[in-house]
Amino acid sequence: MQETEFEARIAAGETIEPKDWMPERYRKQLIRMMSQHAHSEIVGMLPEGNWITRAPTLRRKMGLLAKVQDEAGHGLYIYCGTETLGVDRAELIDQLLTGKAKYSSIFNYPTLTWADIGAIGWFVDGAAIVNQTMLAKASYGPYARAMIRICKEENFHKRQGYEIMATLAAGTPGQRQMAQDAVNRWWWPSLMMFGPSDKDSPNSAELTKWGVKRKGNDDLRQRFVNLTVAQAKAIDLVLPDPDLKYNESTGNWDFGPIDWDEFHRVVHGDGPCNRERLESRNAAHREGEWVRQAAEAYAAKHVAAA
Amino acid sequence: MDAIHDLCLRLADDRLILGHRLSEWCGHAPILEEDIALANIALDLIGQANLFYGLVGDPDQLAYLREAIEYRNALIVELPKGDFAFTIMRQFLFSVAALSQLESLSQSPSKELAGIAAKAAKETRYHVRHATDWVLKLGDGTEESHRRAQDALHALWRYTGELFDRNHVDATQWRKTVTDVIQKATLKVPEDGYMQRGGREGRHTEHLGHLLSEMQILQRSYPGAKW
Amino acid sequence: MSGNGQWPLWEVFVQPPGGAPFEHSGSVHAVDAESALQNARDVYARRGEAVNIWVVPTAAITASTPEDQGPFFEPGNDKPYRHPQFYSSPRGVRV
Repeated sequence: MQETEFEARIAAGETIEPKDWMPERYRKQLIRMMSQHAHSEIVGMLPEGNWITRAPTLRRKMGLLAKVQDEAGHGLYIYCGTETLGVDRAELIDQLLTGKAKYSSIFNYPTLTWADIGAIGWFVDGAAIVNQTMLAKASYGPYARAMIRICKEENFHKRQGYEIMATLAAGTPGQRQMAQDAVNRWWWPSLMMFGPSDKDSPNSAELTKWGVKRKGNDDLRQRFVNLTVAQAKAIDLVLPDPDLKYNESTGNWDFGPIDWDEFHRVVHGDGPCNRERLESRNAAHREGEWVRQAAEAYAAKHVAAA
Repeated sequence: MDAIHDLCLRLADDRLILGHRLSEWCGHAPILEEDIALANIALDLIGQANLFYGLVGDPDQLAYLREAIEYRNALIVELPKGDFAFTIMRQFLFSVAALSQLESLSQSPSKELAGIAAKAAKETRYHVRHATDWVLKLGDGTEESHRRAQDALHALWRYTGELFDRNHVDATQWRKTVTDVIQKATLKVPEDGYMQRGGREGRHTEHLGHLLSEMQILQRSYPGAKW
Repeated sequence: MSGNGQWPLWEVFVQPPGGAPFEHSGSVHAVDAESALQNARDVYARRGEAVNIWVVPTAAITASTPEDQGPFFEPGNDKPYRHPQFYSSPRGVRV
């Protein structure tokens, strides 16, 4: 009975708020999806953070630092949103650090040159925007609201990345080569960010039924490709797909086959940087323990005294 | 004119190098909220550096194409970031002095300098507040945090003398402010000993060379390129 | 968050510039009010979105429940006197 009412609310486009009745599975799916999203933001700080100290101008230095800071903020918004579902942030962090929770596999790739920073902003944030714009209409209030806030901030990330790539592509031969090489390495993993085809994706059906996902993975991926092809042409960089071809009848850019073996391999721990990313997060957590304890001890002393 | 030129370089170099050190924490801070807070402060400082550089020349040229020997920052800002206690303590000691200096410079007859200093003072007020809160929490937290905070104070103290050289900083007021907070944090103010100097004359520690190698690598590798 | 300790949750309310009302922005974890305020400012107000910030321990908030939604909020079409349209005024007079 409650389940039927719940589904009617979803169908009517109503927003579900933290104290509303919800099926246990809805709650669990959202916790999984939201915490995975938050973890991705946090881990995402690492490949980009790798270039802050080497950013080549003051403007780029500040831009990149602000971007990585935003990512921390996004992680925070989403963790807080997840907590409204009755789970502690500490528990979620523990799942990330022990490898029990997933995060977007794109962040298991290394940033080898400054151009990688451009490619990430352009492709990875670009893909994220396509995904998050859809999620801004998700049925769960706190998630949708976090997405709206994030979408506002994310636009600057993508523009910054694209501007970096445009500058490199118009620069010295060495810079052009750097840019093209980064495109070659980041393009396919970025397409994989949207996940496998919905028919191969175990969670898609439920999430769609409950208004959390409103568009399929393939639809979103296609949208991203369509947007990006023109952008690449405009700055004279070549997307590494010989099968990329405009389809007159659908109006879409058809693209080549994705190597799903690579995707699954990376998701399951054998990407270039999986271990490093996790060790880095664990180190920060471990080395920060005494700091967190100090804050707690101080607060306890001063509450007692108050 | 020379005096203003030197002053602006000192102000800018202090902030760029300190901002750079703070930015090293990004993604590695003890709590997510602190990743955001330290990045904020770093951004403020690098922004201020950019403005002060702008008063004397091309900021990127000054930041990326000078050698260590040409840098005019105080030694205290170039020291490696250390542990969180070291970072916080350094931020605290520097920011209290910086606030005093910037407030004074806000009255400068040079309108441009005064304007930048006033904006920077506003930001620095917040840096002082943030650092003070953590000095208290670390000093009066656990035994371990207390020890680390005290160790940081001892390591940093010999670099504080340089903060008052040829500056518009009231050393007495600085000492009083700093002593109040340190004591409230149940820590001890270190004895004044020999004060290390040289940064203002371009005689730096070994640390600055490594910092600049990293910071300047792309501009050095691709001379004349645009980014 | 270290495993042992308590990092209470605080709800953050931000007042945008221009005399607008306070809005709920989200939450932060902090050990005390001072760091909650600083965290809130760093997380929710670094783009100039705020002239004022309130932080309130989540535990201090008393909220209506979904069950309340009907009777608690129903204006009742039987109380039209709460709405300006109920009242008439002489022609030509702005009230």
